[in-house]
Formats: sequence, C-alpha cells, structure tokens
Amino acid sequence: MKITRKDFLRLSGLSFLAGGAMEAARAIAGRSSAATESQSAPVAQSVRWGMVVDLRRCQKEKGCTACTDACDAAHNVPRIADPQHQVKWIWTQPYETVFPFIQDGYAEQSDAGIPVPLMCNHCASPPCVRVCPTQATWKRADGIVMMDWHRCIGCRYCMAACPYGSRSFNWVDPRPALAHLNPDFPTRSKGVVEKCNFCEERLANGLKPSCVDACPQKALVFGNLADPNSEPRQLLRQRFAVQREPELGTGPSVYYLV
Amino acid sequence: MRDRLWIIAGLVLFLAAITAPFWYRPAHARDLAKLPELVLPANQRQCVAPVSYMRASHMVLLTNWRQQVVRDGERKYVAFNGRVYQKSLTATCLGCHNKEQFCDRCHAFAGVSGPYCWNCHNASASRAVAASADTTMHSPEGTHLTENLPPHILAVLASRPNTSSPGSRP
Repeated sequence: MKITRKDFLRLSGLSFLAGGAMEAARAIAGRSSAATESQSAPVAQSVRWGMVVDLRRCQKEKGCTACTDACDAAHNVPRIADPQHQVKWIWTQPYETVFPFIQDGYAEQSDAGIPVPLMCNHCASPPCVRVCPTQATWKRADGIVMMDWHRCIGCRYCMAACPYGSRSFNWVDPRPALAHLNPDFPTRSKGVVEKCNFCEERLANGLKPSCVDACPQKALVFGNLADPNSEPRQLLRQRFAVQREPELGTGPSVYYLV
Repeated sequence: MRDRLWIIAGLVLFLAAITAPFWYRPAHARDLAKLPELVLPANQRQCVAPVSYMRASHMVLLTNWRQQVVRDGERKYVAFNGRVYQKSLTATCLGCHNKEQFCDRCHAFAGVSGPYCWNCHNASASRAVAASADTTMHSPEGTHLTENLPPHILAVLASRPNTSSPGSRP
C-alpha cells in the first residue's frame, strides 16, 4: 500500500504523543512512590542524648571545678593561660552573661557572678553542621554533634556559626600544655577545631559522661531525652528549665534548672 | 688512526661509567639496603589479618577502622579467624607492637615519611614492651616476615650475604 505524506505526518505525530505520555505517566508514578517512602521513613527518634544542669545544686559548691577537671583529664584538653588560645569543652561563665533574657533589673543581686557550667548544646538543628564544608562535624542519629578531627581543615566556619561559643580552635600545639596525657584518648593537633563530644567514647561502653560522674553534687543529669521516663525528662517535668538562646531555633539538648 | 688510543680509552671509561651501578657499591649503601630489624610482638603470634595483607595494606585497614569508629560508631573488628578486636590504633595495634621498633623502622627503611597519626594518637600509650632479640625477624619464627615478598626482591635479598636472608628459601 502506498502511504501519503499526510498519513505519515499524522502517524508520527501520534507516536511521539504516545511516547511522551508514557514518560509523563512513569515520572508521576515514580514521584508518588518516592513521596510515600519519604513519609514512612522518619521513624520517631529512639535516642536523643541530653543533659539537665541543676544550677541550685551546682551553686552550692562555690569554686568547685570537678566537672571541668574530669573532662579536661579525660579528653586531653589543654590548659592554656592566653585567653585567645584557650581550648574549652566544659567551662563556666557568669549567670548574667549566659541567660541575659532572665535579667529583670533585680536578679543580679542574687544571681550575678554565679558560674554556670557550659558545654556544647548538641543542638537538634546544629548550625555548625550546616556550614562545615568538609562534613568534619555532623549530627549522629543519637543526637550527638560529633567531630571527625581527621577531616577538620581548620576553616573555623563552625565557630562562627555556633551561637554558644562551644567550639575552640587549636592555635598552638596543645600537647605542651597538657599536664597529664590520657593515653586512651587522642590529643588534637594545631589547626583543628574541637568541642565537647558528650563523651561518646564512654557512652559506647555504657558509661555516663565524665563530668556527670565527677560532679559531687549530682548537679549534672544525663540521659535519653526521647524517653519520657528518663531521669532528665522527669526533672524537666518537675522543674522550670531554660535552654540557652532557644529563640535561635537550634534546639539545644542541654537544659538548665534555674 | 692516530687517535686509536684515545678512542679506546674513552670507550673503556664510558663503559665503566655506565656499568658503575652494577659493580660499584660504597660501604654506606650496603647499610642502606639492609632490611630493618623489626621487633615482633612477644605476646602474640597472629596479627588481626594475615601478614601479607598487613604488610601491603595496613594503611587501608587503619583508614577503614578510623572511618568506622569515628563516623559509624562501629568499634568491634571481627578478624579473618573469628577473633574479635577493638578497632583502636593505640589499644590494639600498640598493644602488641612497639612503635619505635616496628612502625618507625620499616617506615624509615621504605622512605615513607611518617604518617600524621602520631600528631594526635599517643604512641607512649604503647603497652608493648621492647621484645627480646629472639623475636626479631632473624629468628626462625620471624622468617615469615619475608614470606610473600615479590620474587625479584627475594632474589636480591638472597644474593646479599651481609643482610638477613629470607631464611629457608632457595
């Protein structure tokens, strides 16, 4: 049979149309299946490590440095006198600088100058993780904002991003500033950023963080914030607690009972 | 033909010069070519992987361990023979090996300028005591260090009378 030019154009147009429709149908089906997968994926987080700091208990021990000493010894944190070079994992700051929003004009009479223990907040949405160009810092499934010092290139973006000043840069080699070396934990080298790791190396062995174990007043309470019956969650139900700068939306995992 | 003497003398000198690497060996080169005397662990006879693998690929294993421990939180290593080890440079590797007498000597010999592990990881944590001389690679038990070396290297080793020979190999 002989095909006319008109028939040929009509046929080829129809087949192109059919092919395009099939592609479109496949794409729509693929997207809808991907959507159902992503909807089912986020399972309720079963572990989110967090800490509650009871400032009423902590205040009783004026001049106590048990938590800081324990942490520094466990993690080979150097003690450097020069404040521009110092490295801190858990440290203290005066109450009024930690919670400026609580000031009502009279509070400083009772609370001014009281040292508040501070550490990395292990935020729910950590800004340091967002800015790290090498993924040297990332958020683990159990909520710990972890650091891989092997990967850190020392750009200090994370330090600029962290609103809590929880991160320190090693401007100098930290080893000479160490009084005692804990052989089981690495030191850091010059040029990397470091911070509190919630003692993930102890958690892996079923132990609590060293600061928690060291506190003579049991002012630091550590546990799983995702478990409603955990120790910190029970405390948070009973007492009024604040986080540091919650308005920034970082979702700190460290709470303070004031 | 008046230049015959000069030409022959020049040729002899030229041949001597280009064959020099084959016949001239200064005294210090002899020491350079000597295999390092590695002190093997006294407390263990088997590493976490076969010797041939460790010799060629210990850096791969260490990098994998680092990745798995730091980033994935996996701290247990099941070895080829079913034994379970802690993935740790300072606890497991240095628990047997002595850094100065094992790692450093071979790295110096191979011209591998030290990896930067030790900038942070504490080598003084080594619980491995300096082993006695009978566990060096000169001993019968130690000869397995030269097993699985490429044949051309074995041939070189065998031809050298003053360095440690690869033991029973022909």
